Amino acid sequence: MILKSLNIGLISAAALAASIGMVQAGQSDIVVGMQLEPPHLDPTSAAAGAIDSVVYSNVFEGLTRFGWDGSVNPGLAASWDISDDGLVYTFHLRSGVKFHDGTTMDGEDVKFSLDRARAEDSANAQKGLFAAIDSIEVVNPTTVKVTLSAPTGNFLFNMAWGDAVIVAPESIENIKTNPVGTGAFTFSNWVQGDQIVIIRNDDYWGTPARLESATFKFISDPTAAFAAVMAEDVDVFSGFPAPENLPQFDADPRFTVLVGSTEGETILSTNNKMPPFDNVLVREAVAHAIDRQAIIDGAMFGYGTPIGTHFAPHNPDYVDLTGNSQYDPDKARALLAEAGFADGFTTTLKLPPPSYARRGGEIIAAQLREVGINAEISNLEWAQWLEQVFRGKDFGLTIVSHTEPMDIGIYAKPDYYFQYDNAAFQTLMSDLNAETDPAMRSEILKKAQTIISEDYVNGYLFQLAALSVANSKVVGLWENAPTQATDLTAVYWAD
Amino acid sequence: MLRYVIKRLLSLMISLIVASAVIFLAIEVVPGDPAAYMLGLNAQEDTLAALREQLGLNGTIAQRYGDWISGMLVGDFGTSYTYRTPVVEMIRERMWISLPLAIYALALSTLIAFPAGIWAASKRGSVTDISVMGVTQLGVAIPNFWFAMLMVLVFAINLRWFSAGGFSGWDSGFFAAVKSLTLPAIALALPQASILARVMRSSLLDTLSEDFIRTARAKGLSKRQALRRHALRNALIPVLTIIGLQFSFLMAGAIIIENVFFLPGLGRLVFQSISARDLIVVESVVMLLVFAVIVVNFAVDIAYAFVDPRLRVQG
Repeated sequence: MILKSLNIGLISAAALAASIGMVQAGQSDIVVGMQLEPPHLDPTSAAAGAIDSVVYSNVFEGLTRFGWDGSVNPGLAASWDISDDGLVYTFHLRSGVKFHDGTTMDGEDVKFSLDRARAEDSANAQKGLFAAIDSIEVVNPTTVKVTLSAPTGNFLFNMAWGDAVIVAPESIENIKTNPVGTGAFTFSNWVQGDQIVIIRNDDYWGTPARLESATFKFISDPTAAFAAVMAEDVDVFSGFPAPENLPQFDADPRFTVLVGSTEGETILSTNNKMPPFDNVLVREAVAHAIDRQAIIDGAMFGYGTPIGTHFAPHNPDYVDLTGNSQYDPDKARALLAEAGFADGFTTTLKLPPPSYARRGGEIIAAQLREVGINAEISNLEWAQWLEQVFRGKDFGLTIVSHTEPMDIGIYAKPDYYFQYDNAAFQTLMSDLNAETDPAMRSEILKKAQTIISEDYVNGYLFQLAALSVANSKVVGLWENAPTQATDLTAVYWAD
Repeated sequence: MLRYVIKRLLSLMISLIVASAVIFLAIEVVPGDPAAYMLGLNAQEDTLAALREQLGLNGTIAQRYGDWISGMLVGDFGTSYTYRTPVVEMIRERMWISLPLAIYALALSTLIAFPAGIWAASKRGSVTDISVMGVTQLGVAIPNFWFAMLMVLVFAINLRWFSAGGFSGWDSGFFAAVKSLTLPAIALALPQASILARVMRSSLLDTLSEDFIRTARAKGLSKRQALRRHALRNALIPVLTIIGLQFSFLMAGAIIIENVFFLPGLGRLVFQSISARDLIVVESVVMLLVFAVIVVNFAVDIAYAFVDPRLRVQG
């Protein structure tokens, strides 16, 4: 008996030693696969989500930052005060923060970054985020006072975007190829077309990263992505492009499949100024002709949450309005007859490259045919889509996922590509901007969702799912994608 | 010989000039604004204008063509719109993958095709001949990207002998780099080897029925000796033509294979640049490929003259 317990003691000591050894020898690097390669590495001068996927939170940080659940948390600003009229934001910066090149991050850098983003010759893809800023004053190295021209309830949220990260004048010139930020990882090297390597920043002001290095590998072909995960060439594939393969990974104990939410409202965008879509009855008919679940099943292999308005379902202010547009082909036909289109009509359905659009488009065209609408499909490349549909407004219908967070405000722009012009809605949005009381804001947002749903501005399809595959031993990945980011700061390997 | 070379050189120059104009015009008229592509849905009008200015997209077509050509003559291919790095550097980096891959595939293809074609021709009608013909028929018919996926499935996912793709880089050592190019090279070489073997065989058979072979045989040479000393060299002309064409194909046609194996080569660069409307990169790479094709054809023409002395005289 004594012998036995001694034995067990020995074994557990050995196991303990082994496990300690494992911890020390544990893997400290990671290979993350992604479909798209960033064109360059400056998140403040391009719309490409792939840039944020590499650098957001890893290399660059803003005054505030998004958490995995979409919440807005302190970033380089440890805290802030907002004046009672909502016009003056006083940010208290963290002290002792250094850029990767050793220079100090202080109020001057904040002023530089924000001024650069809103300057006349700025190439910032989200210049609108900074539109409300009137002036920026550096009170002292750790205090910056930002005065707005009008109250902007979303200001702290806006400052968390990748387009609002803090950069330094010393390193701005080469930021596109050699990004210098304040984050927990330092940019190491980039083999264009292939991979980007970042390594741990040992002088990080906050909790240091647990990984020593991370490699982002770019694999655009869905079949190649599948093979790379299967052969364990990559440890994580973030934004996995082939949902049809996910059940196979799910069944394999080597892998974990992460299904989260994104900010991508996938909609059947409708040209509200082009007849017959200028008639609300026609738009309502289209809404009832669409079977969302069939589209989710057919185009996304079941991944995606049905939506009835332009708002993310995981947001606490979301209202489920799918009931406004239940699948009801008979009702759709009746509405078309009422609108004077008993025999249906012909329109265009212009599809950008993503599979949600191409596959979803085929299904929607078939569903529309059922009620007499003949949607002629044309497949466009992104650049063509931007020119013809987005800028030229030459389309009847299109399918696109609006991935910007909290973008219901686009319905207040009458010259936005779907050309929805409703004065009541526009007033509501300016009220929202002026409102800082959370309860009131929530009310306004709910009302706004209802208006666009009842006006059937667009066909609301589903919220795009964030689909990732990871080695089962990788811990700490974001399941959701509140912004396009692959935050590796808290990721580590379990034993 | 000199006149022959000069004539070939002249036609090379003219081809290059015509090609550059066609490429530039064809690509510039493609719809799509690179600035709009880069800035996405929320871009403001003034931002787009500022970016277009930065990218130099505001000049006339003639102006930009002039800039492009004069730049190229001094080795400056311009700056990529999206990557913002000199196109020359990007091409040089990618070349270190695409060129070795093409050479590797060409070597494999020749090493397989020559013996197979000669063997089949020398045993015309035998079981050997029929099996070589059967296998090559299959090789021509199988699409190389499908064959590539099949190899990934077997050698990367099941057997784990190779990784599923990617390039380890020349810094990781010669053998590691060659290893990562092996599956792509085989995938590229298979259909090429099949075509080449068939051409080799039929060309040899044609030559073997010529009068001079009969004379050689009558002189007392064995069938084998006649084949080696007289037929082979004469049969090489069509084979060289095919090899020349194949090399160009391997450089330009690796687009799909580079995507299947996610190799950062020239093919993938063109593919990405077209969808990103990085026109300057597309133009420069296509021009470079055209240049390579024309130069290889020039080399093939010169090689003809070596294997066939008649061309030197008549040229």
